[in-house]
Amino acid sequence: MELLEPIILSILAASTPLLIAATGELVTERSGVLNLGVEGMMIVGAACAFGGAWLTGSVIVGAIFGIVAGVLLSLIFALMALGLAVNQVATGLALTILGVGISGLIGAGFVGERITPAPHLYIPGLTDIPFIGRILFGEDAFVYLSLALLAGVWLFLYRTRGGLILRAAGDSHVSAHALGYPVLRIRLYAVMFGGACAGLAGAYLPLAYTPFFIPGMTAGRGWIALALVVFASWRPLRLAIGAYLFGAVTILQLHAQAFSLGIPSQFMSSLPYLATVIVLVLISRARTGGSTAPAALGNTFVPDR
Amino acid sequence: MRKKLLAAAAAVLLAGSLSASAADKLKVGFIYLGPVGDFGWTYQHELARQALVKEFGDKIETTYLENVSEGPDAERSIEQLVRAGNKLIFTTSFGYMDPTLKVAKKYPNVHFEHATGFKRDKNMGTYNGRFYEGRYIQGVIAGKMSKAGVLGYIGSFPIPEVIMGMNATILGAQTVNPNIKVKIIWANTWFDPGKEADAAKALLDQGADVIMQHTDSPAAMQIASERGKLAFGQDSEMIKFGPKTQLTSIIDNWAPYYIRRVQAELDGKWETDDVWDGLKAKMVVMAPYTNMPDDVKKLAQDTEAAIIAGKLFPFKCPIVDQDGKTVECKGGDHLDDGQVLGMNFYVKGIDDKIPGK
Repeated sequence: MELLEPIILSILAASTPLLIAATGELVTERSGVLNLGVEGMMIVGAACAFGGAWLTGSVIVGAIFGIVAGVLLSLIFALMALGLAVNQVATGLALTILGVGISGLIGAGFVGERITPAPHLYIPGLTDIPFIGRILFGEDAFVYLSLALLAGVWLFLYRTRGGLILRAAGDSHVSAHALGYPVLRIRLYAVMFGGACAGLAGAYLPLAYTPFFIPGMTAGRGWIALALVVFASWRPLRLAIGAYLFGAVTILQLHAQAFSLGIPSQFMSSLPYLATVIVLVLISRARTGGSTAPAALGNTFVPDR
Repeated sequence: MRKKLLAAAAAVLLAGSLSASAADKLKVGFIYLGPVGDFGWTYQHELARQALVKEFGDKIETTYLENVSEGPDAERSIEQLVRAGNKLIFTTSFGYMDPTLKVAKKYPNVHFEHATGFKRDKNMGTYNGRFYEGRYIQGVIAGKMSKAGVLGYIGSFPIPEVIMGMNATILGAQTVNPNIKVKIIWANTWFDPGKEADAAKALLDQGADVIMQHTDSPAAMQIASERGKLAFGQDSEMIKFGPKTQLTSIIDNWAPYYIRRVQAELDGKWETDDVWDGLKAKMVVMAPYTNMPDDVKKLAQDTEAAIIAGKLFPFKCPIVDQDGKTVECKGGDHLDDGQVLGMNFYVKGIDDKIPGK
């Protein structure tokens, strides 16, 4: 029982970068654009965020650097995939390769440096409540921000006119265009939002998770975020379930190993992937029939002028 | 006329290439697994390369390729170094073994040095460090420093290299605390700072108070530091990440070997070899013993001195495996190198199972 509190705290920390990056990619994909460059935008976000925080001593400045870096990189993608109608899959993959290279270059000067990590919330009284205090009122700002972001995206997609238009662009860009909506501009904003989220998710790693920068420190989290969007069938709430489930199984399998239950660690390490895929597929099967992917996902659109 | 021109052109080209090589610079190439700034495995090889440049100055010219993934990509990269005129090539990760061998067979006049492997040829030697000697010392320190009597160990993959390190650690710890316990988490990766941090948290949450690792990032050190516990560095000096946390660190010191081999190549005396050196040859070096009382420091230094003097073998017989069976003693009073290199069992005192066994 006394182990449960630190376990839940670790789960929240491990899930947060996945949730932030995946939320951004969900919006991008809902607008009909498949950006496979999440890993690249994340790692550049991580490098710039660490650099910003190290130079100024401020975690907030660091986070802003990360977001801006993510947006700038996503603009390169937008220029290619939206402006020049280049194949989105190829552009996204190239963006990841580019991002890994750029981050190594930017981060080279910061390797081995340390910063003070993002502070955790402390409300006298509330944070001191046994068990739930630290979980509910003792997280760092990123955790709360990720939840606000998710709620905001859900509200936007399903409760606002803008969200409806964005989904329309993703389901049938021809119809949206015929109705007079600026499909490319909508997609540009969505891509930029995805870039901002990926940059922020990357920023979380060196600012809060492990407060130092090392090349390649995202270690594939961008790809997991991408996969989560697909397995969550492009729905924000399922995405949250997926992200937390993935984080939970990741942490729990580590604890199970330390308890030496005798289950092969190779199997334990694959559990987060297995569990997340199985659970999300079961949810999708139970609720809806047929494909739930945005119908125009990955299709380039060139408006006839 | 045209033929003559061509011949002249060829002669000029030939002369050009001759004059380039007439500078008599030995070209030395390196293949790195990670980025040079990984602060671990690759970083140490890079430091050794820099030591070469310092030692030989303009007698040599070095080139490195970083972030070369193990597998088919490696073969291409190694061949690229050969074509660029490198005569001595260091491939610095276990997974480059077969690619290196393949290229070595194709270019018999180029010499290859492969780290941590076991396949050799006339023009391909291997070198490795006896890191388990350092782990034994760490075990002695950990046994003394752990108040809870529980060590936390983050493993990468269950291969002999890692298992021998775990065994050496627990054997060292048992000399000072016979009841020492170790909790093991396999990260199933060499490098994922986030996951390594999570593993360290899990171990600390479950009562371990000294963290050791066989993964590459300083994340675990940083977590232990945050929690006010103790830890050992890995591959390189990590005291920056835990000034009040790091007890010591096993440092891979490749420079003396690299200098020796380049010298041999320059003298035209290079021959294939199979080197497995430890503390004595300074291929394995211990970082300063810090954050411990003087008596523990003394004990660590004495242990190190005894290993260097050849009086103490970490795997001295009798070695009892976790099922209580005494392991055959092939090396006289200690296990022989073959037994250590292929180690695939836990010694008595590790209350866990090797994954997949």
